Amino acid sequence: MVRQMVGDSVKLAYTGGDPGGGLGTGVASIREAIDRAWSEAGVAILVDLGGAETNSEMAVEMLDDERRGRVVVCNAPIVEGAVMAATEASGGSPLETVRRTAEELSPQ
Amino acid sequence: MTPALLHRLILAVADDVIAHADELTELDQAVGDGDHGINMKRGFEAVRVDAGATAEKPLPDALKAIGTQLVMKVGGASGPLYGTLFMALGKEIAPDASNLSAAFASAVEAVKSRGKSQPGQKTMLDVLAPVQMALGEGGTDLSVRLPIVAASAADATIPMLATRGRASFLGERSIGHMDPGARSSALIVASVCRALEG
Repeated sequence: MVRQMVGDSVKLAYTGGDPGGGLGTGVASIREAIDRAWSEAGVAILVDLGGAETNSEMAVEMLDDERRGRVVVCNAPIVEGAVMAATEASGGSPLETVRRTAEELSPQ
Repeated sequence: MTPALLHRLILAVADDVIAHADELTELDQAVGDGDHGINMKRGFEAVRVDAGATAEKPLPDALKAIGTQLVMKVGGASGPLYGTLFMALGKEIAPDASNLSAAFASAVEAVKSRGKSQPGQKTMLDVLAPVQMALGEGGTDLSVRLPIVAASAADATIPMLATRGRASFLGERSIGHMDPGARSSALIVASVCRALEG
């Protein structure tokens, strides 16, 4: 869906699955996804349910100093947030703007 | 804390969690997504494999290593929470565990922070907080009393309404079921105390 909106102009990675390969979430696969989506502009992470958010936060904490400041976990619904964020990002907006756009949809 | 004792402790906790995986799964099927048992088993199997090497480390480093293992291998909502508990405990504890109560208090605060949660929401904190209070009060027979505190705290989650975590999506249907994280916390506390006694 995100690709439909923005084509290849935005680096995108998704991940899911627990460390055993089943349905769920895990820090290692999130870190790999951050690597795949990495660019100098940084990475905005969108998550579905609570476990994904906490694991994403831990994944970010484990990044090195250079990258940690440029990865954010957005408080936004995953589908709408991802589409909004990608659209904003494809326009060249900085990370903080991308995050704010994604989060516009969430109750504050 | 000798390496031999630490080794025994690690194995005891790991074995207990693994042995109760099915029970934890059942509890989590009732109020969650049914993965607590599987996740905890996977995490503690990894801890078990490394138990020998971990036990050779000073206590703070051993706890941090266990915490990291749990974060990386448990996954789900519990991985970060239990990982944080052990990592924070390892960060604060003295090598001879002389400040156990203060270190554990610090670890419980870290879990609250990580999970953005407080006691009263029907989570593992509803066992960890009472255990921490009892530890803080000190006294004799802690290794006998703490498992009792933990077990009754876990029982006390049964009538609670979940307002945090996956169970909170169930609303009133979460009432009448023990919280799986409360059960696993109580298990771990009992396991540690039993290993220290025996």
